Amino acid sequence: MAVLLLAEVNNGELAMDATAKAVNAAKALGDVTVLAAGGSAAAAGEAAAKIDGVSKVLVAEDASLGHRLAESTAALIVGLSDSYEHIVAPATTDAKNVMPRVAALLDVMIVSDASGVVDGSTFERPIYAGNAIQTVKSNDAKKVITIRTASFDAAGEGGSAAVETIAVGDNPGLSEWVEDKVAESDRPELTSAGVVVSGGRGVGSEEDFKLIEGLADKLGAAVGASRAAVDSGYAPNDWQVGQTGKVVAPDLYVAVGISGAIQHLAGMKDSKVIVAINKDEEAPIFQVADFGLVADLFQAVPELTEKLG
Amino acid sequence: MKVLVPVKRVIDYNVKVRVKADGSGVDLANVKMSMNPFDEIAVEEAIRLKEAGKADEVIAVSIGVKQSQETLRTALAMGADRAILVIAADDVHQDIEPLAVAKILAKVVEEEQPGLVLAGKQAIDNDMNATGQMLSALLGWSQGTFASEVDIEGDNAKITREVDGGLQTISVKMPTIVTVDLRLNEPRYASLPNIMKAKKKPLDEKTAADYGVDVSPRLEVVKTEEPAARAAGIIVGSVDELVTKLKEAGAV
Repeated sequence: MAVLLLAEVNNGELAMDATAKAVNAAKALGDVTVLAAGGSAAAAGEAAAKIDGVSKVLVAEDASLGHRLAESTAALIVGLSDSYEHIVAPATTDAKNVMPRVAALLDVMIVSDASGVVDGSTFERPIYAGNAIQTVKSNDAKKVITIRTASFDAAGEGGSAAVETIAVGDNPGLSEWVEDKVAESDRPELTSAGVVVSGGRGVGSEEDFKLIEGLADKLGAAVGASRAAVDSGYAPNDWQVGQTGKVVAPDLYVAVGISGAIQHLAGMKDSKVIVAINKDEEAPIFQVADFGLVADLFQAVPELTEKLG
Repeated sequence: MKVLVPVKRVIDYNVKVRVKADGSGVDLANVKMSMNPFDEIAVEEAIRLKEAGKADEVIAVSIGVKQSQETLRTALAMGADRAILVIAADDVHQDIEPLAVAKILAKVVEEEQPGLVLAGKQAIDNDMNATGQMLSALLGWSQGTFASEVDIEGDNAKITREVDGGLQTISVKMPTIVTVDLRLNEPRYASLPNIMKAKKKPLDEKTAADYGVDVSPRLEVVKTEEPAARAAGIIVGSVDELVTKLKEAGAV
């Protein structure tokens, strides 16, 4: 039983956290071969070779694979698929773009966002924004799975898998990369941060989101936002935590001015410690919070930022 | 250019989901159902393309139970020109998997020859986020997923995508499949006169068998459970108390 695992590679660099979490989930399924694909991917491949539980690394470098374009990446994976029973990737936006395409080309149904591995064909996954957990058994010959990284710890480092460079097929030529607009930030990445401070509609404006960012910087935290805050233009979409945004499970999650719609809870309720600050004591966020503070955030957040010093 | 918009009937966004006692799924009997919110955004985008003179006809298609008619009527009331209902299940609890949906849509595309398929990025019931990508694979078309901006320029479309680190812009060959994210637009409400007019717009009824597609699920549902509940927390009285508690818990 062999597993092909698509590594998360951003501009030639391995996203270690997401990839190592997926490796940890996939180890139970069989021998893990990691595929590092990209315009440049050799360094990412070398990094992936060190993840515990990886038995082999394949490096595929070609301009057509840069920026993880779905059509070329899916074609590459399908070309390799004969030797593997499981094809796995961390459930990042890149993999969510590529993996359903792979599954359809192989005529199998994808298992998206698996939060648990029961056995080689049975997986748990959240549905209805995490309001239910469904256990599904795949009856397909091959299994194509994306892994909800927030549900698994990262595999350790210390391995030394062999790295092999593989040939890349023809570019299907269906799409081209134009540009990336990536927000530059010194803060930790949202899905792997140990602490996340999120703001909601209650923050009231893009300007006042600085309060959230100030508290986050004090805690060395990533900044998140509810969909309501994103919809209102207070925060960029890549900060969105929830059903249609990112799923996080940090050691500490601070929800500020967030009412706690089920769609938001879906993205953070597995956090170890949850703090909620909201002036509405009826807000549903308090039902999942370990520590709730009913207060005006414009007073409480600056005070908290100061006292955490 | 024709634009095809697949729409799904799902549990309403605001309804509290209840897991059925027998663990077979979520209770959908006598529950308010609506159009999947992302599909509303797709319908809106298609109508805007028509209003901008870039599309000639907007066709809404839904695959599922007969009651999906109502969802199609909503799309027609928003401004779609006609609708196709593909009945693939009798029981409202039977979810048709994205792979089967994509296979049926591929047949509809063959028949209708649209230049663009606009779909929601994910349905809020099964949260699969797969149908658009799968359809694109089956047709051998390009794909632009999680779009926050769509700009069609002749044989190509420029798609701005919501990705983990920010935004990515790609150029895809037409025909293409675009799956839409929430910031693409704000869907309109259907006006009463348009709701009345929608009742007279054409709605074709087909079945999955008409397209020769087997919709039997590939994923067998073993069980469905409520997620583990969190233990009740405490309300603290002040910022000072909060800081103390966080330190005690080792969280800061």
